[in-house]
Amino acid sequence: MRNLDIVKIFLGILFCGVIVLSFVTEKPVRGFGDEFRIFYYHVPCAIVSFIAFLVNLIYSVKYLRSRNYLDDMKAASAAEIGIVFGVLATLTGAIFAKITWGTYWNWDIRQTSIVVLLAVYGAYFALRTAVEPEERRSAFSAVYAILAFIAVPTFGIIVPRLYDSLHPKDTLMSGGKIALGGTVAVVFFGSLLAFTLLFFWLFNLRWRTGLLERSRMERSYE
Amino acid sequence: MKSRSQKKELTWSAKLAALVVKDLRVELRTRYSLNVLIMFALVTLFALGVTFTGQILTFRIHAALIWIMIYFSGLQGLSGGFVKEEEARTAMALRLYAPSSVIFFGKLVFSLLILTILVVFLFPLYYILMNPEIKRFWIMLLVLILGIFGLSATSTITAAMVSKANVKGALFAVLSFPLMLPLLLIAISATSVCLGGGDGQTLWDSLKILIAYPVIVTAVSFLLFDYVWNN
Amino acid sequence: MINIAAEKLSMRFGLRGVFKDISFELNTPSSMTVTGPNGSGKSTLLKIIAGLLVPTSGKVRIKSDSDELKGEEQKKIMAVVSPEMNFYDELTGAENLEFFMKASGYPASSEDIIESLKRVGLEGRGDDYLKEYSSGMRMRLKYALAILKRPEILIVDEPSTNLDISGKNIVYDLMNEYQKNGILIFATNEDNEISIAKERIDLVS
Repeated sequence: MRNLDIVKIFLGILFCGVIVLSFVTEKPVRGFGDEFRIFYYHVPCAIVSFIAFLVNLIYSVKYLRSRNYLDDMKAASAAEIGIVFGVLATLTGAIFAKITWGTYWNWDIRQTSIVVLLAVYGAYFALRTAVEPEERRSAFSAVYAILAFIAVPTFGIIVPRLYDSLHPKDTLMSGGKIALGGTVAVVFFGSLLAFTLLFFWLFNLRWRTGLLERSRMERSYE
Repeated sequence: MKSRSQKKELTWSAKLAALVVKDLRVELRTRYSLNVLIMFALVTLFALGVTFTGQILTFRIHAALIWIMIYFSGLQGLSGGFVKEEEARTAMALRLYAPSSVIFFGKLVFSLLILTILVVFLFPLYYILMNPEIKRFWIMLLVLILGIFGLSATSTITAAMVSKANVKGALFAVLSFPLMLPLLLIAISATSVCLGGGDGQTLWDSLKILIAYPVIVTAVSFLLFDYVWNN
Repeated sequence: MINIAAEKLSMRFGLRGVFKDISFELNTPSSMTVTGPNGSGKSTLLKIIAGLLVPTSGKVRIKSDSDELKGEEQKKIMAVVSPEMNFYDELTGAENLEFFMKASGYPASSEDIIESLKRVGLEGRGDDYLKEYSSGMRMRLKYALAILKRPEILIVDEPSTNLDISGKNIVYDLMNEYQKNGILIFATNEDNEISIAKERIDLVS
């Protein structure tokens, strides 16, 4: 059995466990409703989309050094999956906002910043479809990915200090009112692990299919 | 053949000046960017003036309107410097004769000049027509200068990329929006404090970011510029 | 003395291969012509030599008296004439020459500019806007810039594009002169031009 198969099976079991436990264990925040359970999915999705964009950055830098199309393919694959998780984080956040504050969208600075994040990588793919040939496309998108990574932290960290945020104080920080402990922590980190593994599994599949597509096209050229 | 090394080479800034003068000369003869930019600003201002007749606008709305006008008018002209070189197929000669660092900063300075002309034209007109109250005039001026410096800095490398893409106009807006948005939000927040008065600490924090963000973006763009320009 | 050596240059655009394993070496004074059918990559090869394109693999090394020249230094000793390269329509012929020489760091005096214009048969046309130039006159202006720059390596893509008989004669004189003093590299398929060069690379499509 290949390593990947072991990961796949482990991932399946882990996800089943997380899904069941996230509904049957005690509520994540005492005194609040069941809607807070969405945090087991919302936060890992947000974190994983961030990991994906970090992977995109790493392979972008690597591409500019190596000029190897495989690095570019990996960068693009990571960004694609990052967008999917980013959208999931936005949707789960919006559902939570509807229940808690009554509207899906509040123009909260964190909501806005994830949309900007998605706009950045949307622009990244717009750039990829508009530039040819392959070498130029790869170099430009790598440059853009690096630049985007300056805008994103400025947006996520500095701008919110100048505008007010509705977001629940960082749950992971024990300094806040709601600390993470006991079964909540187990389920949360289990879920985070599951989502992270899911990302790397998808990522691996995505760049490998990309490679297959490319070699098929290459054959048709020769 | 005369040896080149016997002649003294021009300084970097003299080459930069040559490029900026060339761009200005071409711009003044064709009004490639300026006409569109100014007309765009005028139309927007006219629309705003008509819409808000008799209304009292808060300083926050004034700040947002000023920057939205500068941003959207700027979008019409900021990519021009590079796009024109590529469309007229002069980019090849430019690459052969001018060092890439001169081109990067030359185009940045040119964008800055275009935006300066825009603001010099637009801001007094806005003041006369929309009548905002300005509490801190000099800091407001500083915010405007830093803001347009930021817009030019963030748009230089994206304009270079766009000039070599198959679709140009729309792509420039798409690419530069995420890079400019943090800057715009901070400029709006700083401007609204200048107009209406308010927390001095927030203003000071905003000014620091208004300086730091464009400087960082410029430095990184400059380091990456060769990958774009020589591709 | 300048030495230019290309080692196993290969170029692909995406998945399409253009050429493979091109190598050559030239020393001052010498000349080389690149021939081959349309689409065989003549212009691409010249652009790689001029540093305008990065080859997929392989390298072009340029040495000046055994010191290897890098990036911007390579540009300084080269001039390129190509139908793909345009000057600014909004400037006059003389302003174009003045600008490019300034940008390269070695400004030309107005006497030099007049002299170079005379050499290519554009005497008295220096103050006309480029948009009033015919395509042949534009080509001549590119040679005027190459003359002003006094390059060690002159790269010409299709030397006689758009030129009339007198234009061609001026250009052939110039090319003959350059291959005696520097390195001349040009791409063409015209038999009379091929014979100017001492060496030849033939690209196949």
